[in-house]
Amino acid sequence: MSDKKNNNPIAFVATSVIPESPPPAREAGVYKWVRENLFSNIPNSILTLVAIAVVYNVLSNTLPWILNGIWTTSSLTECREVLQGKTGACFSVLAERWAQLLYGFKYPEEEYWRPNLALILLFFALAPVLFFDLPRKLLGFTVIYPFLAFWLIWGGSILVPIVALLGFAVAAVVFQKLGKGSFAASFFGAIVAALVVWKVGGMLIPDNASETAMLAAVPSRDLGGFMLNMMLGVTCVSLSVPLGIALALGRQSSMPLIKWICVVFIEFVRGVPLITLLFVASVMLSYFFPPDATVDLFLRVVIMITLFSAAYIAEVIRGGLAALPKGQYEAADSLGLDYPQAMRLIILPQALKISIPGIVNVAVGLFKDTTLVSVISMFDLVGMIRGPVLASTEWNGVYWELLGFAAALFFVVCYGISQYSQWLERRLATGHR
Amino acid sequence: MADTSQMQVSDEIAITINQMNKWYGSFHVLRDINLTVNQGERIVICGPSGSGKSTLIRCINALEEHQQGSIEVDGTLLSNDLKNIDKIRSEVGMCFQHFNLFPHLTILENCTLAPIWVRKTPKKEAEERAMHFLEKVKIPDQANKYPGQLSGGQQQRVAIARSLCMMPRIMLFDEPTSALDPEMIKEVLDTMIELAEEGMTMLCVTHEMGFARQVANRVIFMDEGQIVEQNEPEEFFNNPRSERTQLFLSQILGH
Repeated sequence: MSDKKNNNPIAFVATSVIPESPPPAREAGVYKWVRENLFSNIPNSILTLVAIAVVYNVLSNTLPWILNGIWTTSSLTECREVLQGKTGACFSVLAERWAQLLYGFKYPEEEYWRPNLALILLFFALAPVLFFDLPRKLLGFTVIYPFLAFWLIWGGSILVPIVALLGFAVAAVVFQKLGKGSFAASFFGAIVAALVVWKVGGMLIPDNASETAMLAAVPSRDLGGFMLNMMLGVTCVSLSVPLGIALALGRQSSMPLIKWICVVFIEFVRGVPLITLLFVASVMLSYFFPPDATVDLFLRVVIMITLFSAAYIAEVIRGGLAALPKGQYEAADSLGLDYPQAMRLIILPQALKISIPGIVNVAVGLFKDTTLVSVISMFDLVGMIRGPVLASTEWNGVYWELLGFAAALFFVVCYGISQYSQWLERRLATGHR
Repeated sequence: MADTSQMQVSDEIAITINQMNKWYGSFHVLRDINLTVNQGERIVICGPSGSGKSTLIRCINALEEHQQGSIEVDGTLLSNDLKNIDKIRSEVGMCFQHFNLFPHLTILENCTLAPIWVRKTPKKEAEERAMHFLEKVKIPDQANKYPGQLSGGQQQRVAIARSLCMMPRIMLFDEPTSALDPEMIKEVLDTMIELAEEGMTMLCVTHEMGFARQVANRVIFMDEGQIVEQNEPEEFFNNPRSERTQLFLSQILGH
């Protein structure tokens, strides 16, 4: 394209705009894909062959074991008789102890529908929180759900959850009314109001209310199985995220007292193994309550796991807060937003978005850590397996099947959480196309 | 070029800064600043980097705290009282060098957020006003995009519109064009010129001397934390009196 009359060799003028063209089509085909990805060079080919050998080995040993599995016998001895020396799993234990593994061995059988219903309703309660494109009005059910689920699972007088809900409602109203004044005044006012409602309501509930209740009362010590893991997991995750946010913000506070309370709390709780906290919950915590107070073991465990994971979540969120450019704070300030508005509308939505992988990490870890309660003699899924099931004469020795089943159950839930978080990250991505 | 230097400046005082001093630790960043800005005045602040120009205008809406002296904005004394600070901030708009748009909100939401939450404007009205100002900065068609999808110049114009939606009486600009590609500087400056012609009180920290000549009715030169020279732009550029000003001008206008 150089002009021949021009002697200057570097002179150049583009005479036309180069039109857009599609990228070169990649040669398709299985053969090409295999050659490029599996056998592109000698080390790669060796690795591929080794991998195939490993996969074959694993499958050739486990598949017969699973496929020959026996589902219908009533003890391990019978399993062995049926198999007659062949490899094969004894899944009968799962079929026979199904209910015990899921609900524990004391929950009354005729009441299984109650936790089942609570689980189904849980999905409806979680949906508007997890998928925020759904209408906001559905959140009303989410607010009621904890009290409803409590009543369904524990049974007893319906007045108890109603008084509890009433206490929170009154607290919310008081907080709104005092909200125009200082934050501290409305916060403590709300707490006092709730305590008053609970005290008065507690006196109004007749002592024999739970005996004549619609749903038979089930004490906490009768809960067990995977149901207990789910209950602990859901309760502790949903309590520890807001607490973690509060701790993370508190740690950044300009008020030294609040800052130091948060720092000491986080550093202390993170520095202690969860198992010691659980022993504290089961044995020592009662020393801190008044002698006649009988704080439920379930509640004590929930408090401890929540505090433990809140400390971790606080640090994850602090990382998210630190990752935000200072300009975001300044822009919020310069527009006249006050601290709660700036946090709620500008800072936290961005910081939480950055923190999603970390929070999910903690949540998954927390959910699996709920099996530690088996150590303080609560019969969760692992507690059931190690205790009543393996200790029985019929099933003594069925380790792989039971623990594999426990692993599969946990995997399904944890994988679901992880998939959700990836969807959420994609959904929230706005910065870069 | 429209001669805007004759534009109306009222006698009403917008900002009074009296004997203001500020330190970062033991470093004395602002020294004995005295400045009175009338309503409708357009002031350009220039000076070498580290001279305290940004810090000065950031003190006006309390993004930085000053330790001595007083700042009064629209009759409200800037103190530690959060109520006063919030009142001043809602009267004073600010544009930053790096725009600082909220990346998780659309352009429209960026513009309506503060009016809805701070001014308690009904959503519909806030959106109408936001569209009005987005039209003014000539990007109404981008209203439903996210800041990350816009060019730098567009983002800065959105930032200006976002500030205007709060109906401020004073606008502060902190090097609004320094982070922009050359071809985008003009579109932002045009917006600012238009704003000046409408009589907005403006304080601009900028190195755009053409802009200063065209719209400013006062140019302030700062060095080492103090106001070294201030004058009308014509006098300032043609007859700088202080040696430091002469040196500075020769450096930035030299090529």
